[in-house]
Amino acid sequence: MRGLQSLLLVSVLVFVACVALARPFPNEEAPARESPQRVVSMNVCTDQLAMMLADSDQLLSVSHLAHDPRVSAMVREAENYRVNRGLAEEIYLMEPDLVIAGRYSTQATVSMLKRLGIPVVVFEPANRLADVPNRIRQLGEVLGQESRAADVITAYKRDLATLRAKPKQRPRAALYYANGYTSGDKSLAGEIVDAAGFINIAAEKGYGAGSMKLMPLEVLALSNPSIIITGQKYPGSSRAEDILDHPVVSTLRRGRGAGSVTDRDWICGTPHVLQAVRGLNQTHFRHRGVHP
Amino acid sequence: MRLTAVLIMGTITLFVTSLLIGPAAVGPGESIAALVGGDAGALTLVMREIRLPRALLALMIGASLGLAGAAMQGYLRNPLAEPGLIGVSGSAALGAVLAIQTGLAASFVLGLPLAALISALAGVALLLLLAGPHGSSLTLILAGIAISALAAALTSLVLNLSPNPFAANEIVFWLMGSLADRSMTHVWLALPFMLVGLFCLAGLGRGLDALTLGEDAAAAMGIRLMHIRYLLIFGTAAVVGAGTAVAGAIGFVGLVVPHILRPLVGARPSLLLWASALGGAIMLLAADIAVRVILPSKDLKLGVLTALLGAPLFLHLIVKTRREPE
Amino acid sequence: MSVLTVENMKVSRGPCEVFRNVGFKLYAGELVGLVGPNGAGKTTLMRACLGLLKSKGYSSLAALPESERAKTAAWMPQSREIAWPVTVETLVGLGRTPHIPLGQKMTPADRILIDRAIDYMELQTFRRRSATRLSGGEQARVLIARALAQDTPLLLADEPIAGLDPAHQISTMKIFSRLAQEGRTIVVSLHDLGLAARHCTRLIMLGQGRLAADGSPSDILTAERIAQVFGISAFFEKTSKGPVFQALEVTS
Repeated sequence: MRGLQSLLLVSVLVFVACVALARPFPNEEAPARESPQRVVSMNVCTDQLAMMLADSDQLLSVSHLAHDPRVSAMVREAENYRVNRGLAEEIYLMEPDLVIAGRYSTQATVSMLKRLGIPVVVFEPANRLADVPNRIRQLGEVLGQESRAADVITAYKRDLATLRAKPKQRPRAALYYANGYTSGDKSLAGEIVDAAGFINIAAEKGYGAGSMKLMPLEVLALSNPSIIITGQKYPGSSRAEDILDHPVVSTLRRGRGAGSVTDRDWICGTPHVLQAVRGLNQTHFRHRGVHP
Repeated sequence: MRLTAVLIMGTITLFVTSLLIGPAAVGPGESIAALVGGDAGALTLVMREIRLPRALLALMIGASLGLAGAAMQGYLRNPLAEPGLIGVSGSAALGAVLAIQTGLAASFVLGLPLAALISALAGVALLLLLAGPHGSSLTLILAGIAISALAAALTSLVLNLSPNPFAANEIVFWLMGSLADRSMTHVWLALPFMLVGLFCLAGLGRGLDALTLGEDAAAAMGIRLMHIRYLLIFGTAAVVGAGTAVAGAIGFVGLVVPHILRPLVGARPSLLLWASALGGAIMLLAADIAVRVILPSKDLKLGVLTALLGAPLFLHLIVKTRREPE
Repeated sequence: MSVLTVENMKVSRGPCEVFRNVGFKLYAGELVGLVGPNGAGKTTLMRACLGLLKSKGYSSLAALPESERAKTAAWMPQSREIAWPVTVETLVGLGRTPHIPLGQKMTPADRILIDRAIDYMELQTFRRRSATRLSGGEQARVLIARALAQDTPLLLADEPIAGLDPAHQISTMKIFSRLAQEGRTIVVSLHDLGLAARHCTRLIMLGQGRLAADGSPSDILTAERIAQVFGISAFFEKTSKGPVFQALEVTS
């Protein structure tokens, strides 16, 4: 059940959120000056950033979600690391000298590890595209990999600037997830949509900033978006996801950028968001009948 | 019949009101024009695929629950009998959840309502077996609690074991019911079963009237008790099963409505059947309007509201039953 | 012509036999008292005659189809059940159930019979009252009116006077007596042999798993038979105020 819960937390609540780099809590004890050598990450977003930045023998273990292709963009890389399920006991037995957790990791586990004397740094999720470089820098500092972090940041900024579409006409897009949730502007998904050259109807309709805003199906239908970007489906069935097959959604989808889904590239504030922008960009061109 | 006229007027008024209420602020004239005229625009889509099915389902399910409640009370001669309370809705929800999670619902169009129907049948049959036809209130309620609890536990178990991360969060839907974002597909899915069930229950009036005098007297007046029993079991399972399959288990409608209307029809079980069908539709339409008006952003579950109305009444009935000798 | 013919009837409950070899014929105008100790099978016999219970042997009533039987015999079970607070008029009207074809409404003829039953039992003032709010005696009268509305040549009543005060017991027996004089056949089971002796035209006595006796009260209520079947001694004499029966002592 822990697996499901974590998956749920990551994919639903923090859907667009990213955990990013090192901004320890103010009351956090500062990590040791010399760089840590036995690092355990217990959040799917920090997993991916840590795999990018850490030396291969510096990172000991990543969370089991890093192995789940639905939420992790780095499944292949994750195979090189031990798996943890975010339980205090298993992590303690790995004898880490640093644990990296996300804001939404289980509080009980984090405080237990702290009581056991293991340094834990907790990362805030990246809610904006602009947060991504900060998180990379913060994790670079924690891991003692500042120069590698700087390289990744440079590449990220450069690619984002290249990708950022500046079309004359911006088609309108709706983000629509299970249970009828959407993301407004000033959220990671909202900014991906914006970067790919779309207007996010949630912002237009006043659903405000941030992710996970409930948008009634009626409002979606009447806003008449050019494309609908839906959440991806998980195995098994749920009524929450049935809404994505509601006749209204199907009708709106017909011939309008069908099949656009927010997948693993959308979830975490890592350079993989560029992949999401790229994919949506292509939808944009298809939509306008132009090829890049 | 003045009562009938009032009930029909109430149902129509609430049905239209339900069509006119929604987060998209659109004028009533415009809404109805889009619904009836149908220019295939976005508003027509909203009216026909979101609001119409919602109002229709509230009407159908409310009527079903009211009718089933009145029929069960008439047969068991016990005002505490109610499909939600005694586990029929819960059993139907279990069947629906099983159909969805095993993929039966996806692979076969009628899989969902059929599974709910069969499961509800098992629930009613088990209840009548445990409580018996002249079971006291106590055995009826105990049997109902046992069936409800078991069905709710199994439903939760199935949803907990689902590989889908959303499934576990839906336990509350199946136990509390909601009409949010249903579509005409759901209406067509439920309608045939409800019609068959309504037909079965509608034929019970004469038998239920005769049962006022007890089983023996009714049988001596030419009423076929076995016949009545089968019609009741099947009819209740069909209407409650179909309703639950598309909207979850909504409790207390079948308790509150017959209780309120009984004095108004002179306590005659046959008259109560039809009055309760209309009354149930009114109660559920009103409750569904209320959940949209009170907390529009929260997807308040219907069952929360009906339980808030129904639970105090239920307690009152129990106290009253205790005071009267069995 | 007999109203009810029973031949060679035998009823078993599980492995236990309740009675066997019971047979009699009932005729119009008879008020038959069905007597016998507890467990002798009085209720069982009446239900078996009606076909509400599985039995071996023959009952002319049980042989009829359900709808015909309901037009021939009315049945008043011992439990005076009135499940819902319907009006007296509605309750009495339920007696018309077998006569109204499925899906049809009551005809004026039905209403006349209901009115007549209500008048007969002197229930006019209760007509609109809720039947569940009446006293036990009043409810008993309402239920008899219900059976009368069924308008059958035969009426079977299971302990109709149990739980009533003496005045109500006597008046109820008098009503049955009057009904019999008007040409119906009435069968009542009862424990009060005194009332049975005074009002019934005929007694059928069940005991020791068989029909112990069948005949007029004065022929049947012999000291010997009373001792044998009921295990009591009794005083029974025809007096100037009619037959008087009084149970005295337990003998066995």
